[in-house]
Amino acid sequence: MIFPETWWGFLLSYLMAFIGGGILCAGAQLLIVKTKLTPARILVIFLIFGIFLQTVGAYEPLNNVFGAGISVPIVGFGASLAKGSISYAAEYGIPGAFAGGLIQTAFGIGAAVVASYIVTLLFNAKAK
Amino acid sequence: MAAGWKSESAIRRNARYSSYVEAISPKSGTLKSLLKAFAIGGLTCVISELLGDGIALAFPDLSTELVGAYTSMILVTVAVLFTGFGFYDVIARHGGAGSFLPITGFANAMSSAALEYKSEGLIFGTSVKMFNVVGPVVVNGIVWATVAGIIRYIIMLITL
Repeated sequence: MIFPETWWGFLLSYLMAFIGGGILCAGAQLLIVKTKLTPARILVIFLIFGIFLQTVGAYEPLNNVFGAGISVPIVGFGASLAKGSISYAAEYGIPGAFAGGLIQTAFGIGAAVVASYIVTLLFNAKAK
Repeated sequence: MAAGWKSESAIRRNARYSSYVEAISPKSGTLKSLLKAFAIGGLTCVISELLGDGIALAFPDLSTELVGAYTSMILVTVAVLFTGFGFYDVIARHGGAGSFLPITGFANAMSSAALEYKSEGLIFGTSVKMFNVVGPVVVNGIVWATVAGIIRYIIMLITL
């Protein structure tokens, strides 16, 4: 958040989240419309972009400005994987680099897998 | 000569046809889909920001790290539930990239694959196919994050 203490700072943080997320998603949509890239490839491209941003240290300042606007798109998932790898490598050496990414993102992935499993038990696929 | 005339008319017809195709192909559709992706992606992020602020407000003792973790857990769970109820399909129809780029799209891709292959059994259907779509993201994420960690570790050793 840029100006956390004021009420308009709060409003600004929501505006920045909207703009950040909007730009990333419109960019991905442009790739869908203008190129033959499949969604899976585009996801991987944005993911690696996030890992790159974190590695060169550009993610934190962007996250301070855009907040959820950059952390909720897959870019943030990549950045958080890289953050985990980097910090665990700093603490445990090379082996930490292998574990850190998964540890950092385990909350989200764990929730997604368990929730998907439960929903599968409770629901049936909708006819398309 | 007849062939020449024919080909000339064919060229003219082709030109007319291309301009016709140009005219009816959805130019505004591209712009519209970009705006929709912007709006739905942006809105998802605003809701996430609100959710994070709400959690931070309700539990002031939580670290920023944990607030982020809980926010993504809630987002993911809601997206999976939406997929189960069939709401997410409606969002995805309009949102395009705005619905698959956020973490909610990741959860939707996972749960819809899990649901779709339920008929093949919980082990060989659901459990195998769950990572059908998100597998590339997880695999590439782990590989390149590990590379990033090793690179930064080596840089740290050099600059120490």
